[in-house]
Amino acid sequence: MSSLPVTRIDTRLAKLKAEGRAALVTFVTAGDPDTETSLSILKALPGAGADIIEFGMPFSDPMAEGPPIQAADIRALAAGQTMVKTLEQVRAFRAGDNETPIVLMGYYNPIYIYGVERFVADAKAAGVDGLIVVDLPPEEDEELCLPAIRAGISFIRLATPTSDDKRLPVLLRNSSGFVYYVSVLGVTGVKSAAAGDVAAAVARIKAHTPLPVMVGFGVKTGEQAAAIAAHADGVVVGSALVNAVRDSLDDGKATAATVPAVTSLVADLASGVRRGRA
Amino acid sequence: MKEATTLNSYRTGPDERGHFGIFGGRYVAETLMPLILELDQAYEAAKADPAFQGELKALHATYTGRPSPLYFAERLSAHLGGAKIYLKREELNHTGSHKINNCLGQILLARRMGKTRIIAETGAGQHGVASATVCARFGYPCEVYMGATDVERQKPNVFRMELLGAEVHPVTSGNGTLKDAMNEAMRDWVTNVETTYYMIGTAAGPHPYPSMVRDFQSVIGNETREQIMAVEGRLPDMIIAAVGGGSNAIGIFHPFLDDPDVRIVGVEAGGHGMQVYNGHAASLNGGKPGVLHGNRTYLLQDDDGQILEGHSISAGLDYPGIGPEHSWLSDTGRVTYVPATDQEALDAFQTLTKVEGIIPALESAHAVAEAIKRAPQMAKDEIIVVNLSGRGDKDVFTVGKILGVDL
Repeated sequence: MSSLPVTRIDTRLAKLKAEGRAALVTFVTAGDPDTETSLSILKALPGAGADIIEFGMPFSDPMAEGPPIQAADIRALAAGQTMVKTLEQVRAFRAGDNETPIVLMGYYNPIYIYGVERFVADAKAAGVDGLIVVDLPPEEDEELCLPAIRAGISFIRLATPTSDDKRLPVLLRNSSGFVYYVSVLGVTGVKSAAAGDVAAAVARIKAHTPLPVMVGFGVKTGEQAAAIAAHADGVVVGSALVNAVRDSLDDGKATAATVPAVTSLVADLASGVRRGRA
Repeated sequence: MKEATTLNSYRTGPDERGHFGIFGGRYVAETLMPLILELDQAYEAAKADPAFQGELKALHATYTGRPSPLYFAERLSAHLGGAKIYLKREELNHTGSHKINNCLGQILLARRMGKTRIIAETGAGQHGVASATVCARFGYPCEVYMGATDVERQKPNVFRMELLGAEVHPVTSGNGTLKDAMNEAMRDWVTNVETTYYMIGTAAGPHPYPSMVRDFQSVIGNETREQIMAVEGRLPDMIIAAVGGGSNAIGIFHPFLDDPDVRIVGVEAGGHGMQVYNGHAASLNGGKPGVLHGNRTYLLQDDDGQILEGHSISAGLDYPGIGPEHSWLSDTGRVTYVPATDQEALDAFQTLTKVEGIIPALESAHAVAEAIKRAPQMAKDEIIVVNLSGRGDKDVFTVGKILGVDL
């Protein structure tokens, strides 16, 4: 374990632990609805209350996403988003913020085509702290997980309701940063879990790892965030935020309301997360 | 990776993690991994169980109508003036294509695993019909994901599925074709993984699907071997099959891979022509390796790794990927993969219909098109076997439209 990377994620989560509160992890899709607006959203997230940012690398075939993030990916790709642009946005963000952790999230093929070694080097240089790649289970760790670790980037694993006590040690093996608990069976942005089920699942995962456990899937409001924050080290919100982007658009184009639509929801979620353990 | 010179056999793959060379693997969301591992074990146990194999064989004899005939296409051979052409008549199977071979195997496995609900994806609707059929036969609820574009161009098959009791979900994401249907089926699976068996229709997807589907389809090649030995006393000089995902092709190819004198040709969908960007569905001839739908294989994609939709006149070949074993067989050089255009397939469709009285599926017509090119250049005592994987009744509306006939 000693060779696993230490990044801004660990620093930030240690600080929050000392403060005694849960983290708010916000997901937005890179390039949604366009490159410029997306960068403005990215830069505004920490000020609105995001503790960790998941930045989605759009993919044509996001097999584990529900309609909201599918639509965000389509908007971003239609606006011309590429992997190069996504990494440029991270670099631009880092110029003004050297503390908020950024986790790139997506699917393997765009990374594979970019080139794994080139990708981990460029991502690290841009200021990326972690990766979540949905379609790379631990059985395929040589593909990207191990090169990422060698480059000093955390590889964050999804644990799910199907991850039993036999499976958990396998998927935690090369994990660092945090564990993302997918609290329901299904795709993003559809169902949400009961708080009681979440508490039990988090306890079960924590029996296998010292890593913080973030809980996501189906969290849409500050109220829900507060309920989850009472039982977990953090709350992940994604689909609700990309829906806020969608609802702010006029004929598919960003408006003056787009960035505030995201930041006001993030502020509500952040206050929920802070209430969670009060 | 030219492994051809060092391999003793082309029939030993995949390795235990599902790799054929660099292709294959298990690239799926973590939610599915425990189930995928369980499926692997369940299939290995079933494969070794004589009772399982016996039940499958008995069903094939009385329900599918196996063995399917190997037919000497005498008039087509004479018309082309070269090699003798035999047709492996998979289109005579119950449900009208080779798809039933796989579905019967998988429904027996689903029952063995205690699953209570079946989902499937379909392009042309042949796999959807075969899935709905075995679900009716075994009393399972069946839901089929089908691209909205394909629902439109394959209406007769949609109605057949509904008659068989299946629920057909039109998928509107993307271009509404097979790729999008597969995405949606995987989303259903991830949501209902505990009760649901995903009946994948082709030799692709995460391990163990590519090798499992190949095994169920290998009945085609195994029968062909016996039948050609019985009538000709020797193996054929060439085998030709159409390749979309590639299940009918791997089924007839696999038993012959270690016979070096048998040339093997897979025919991809050349669509509007290989020179047209995103205008074909020839993954091997016009794509590059990538990862989609659970496996690494050749994919149609842009420079940024976004998957292209591709195009083919035939809904069943309209898929941007191909089974991983085909990618490996292509890279090793054991199998030659060539494209046939929409027009060539359409011409072959009409030629076979008029000369032999057999209406082939547009998918299979791609294989016939290649035979029409090859046979005249071969000697009269040489033998070609074409896998006639499906019948063309479902395609008469599509063909009618192209030929300007209002049906």
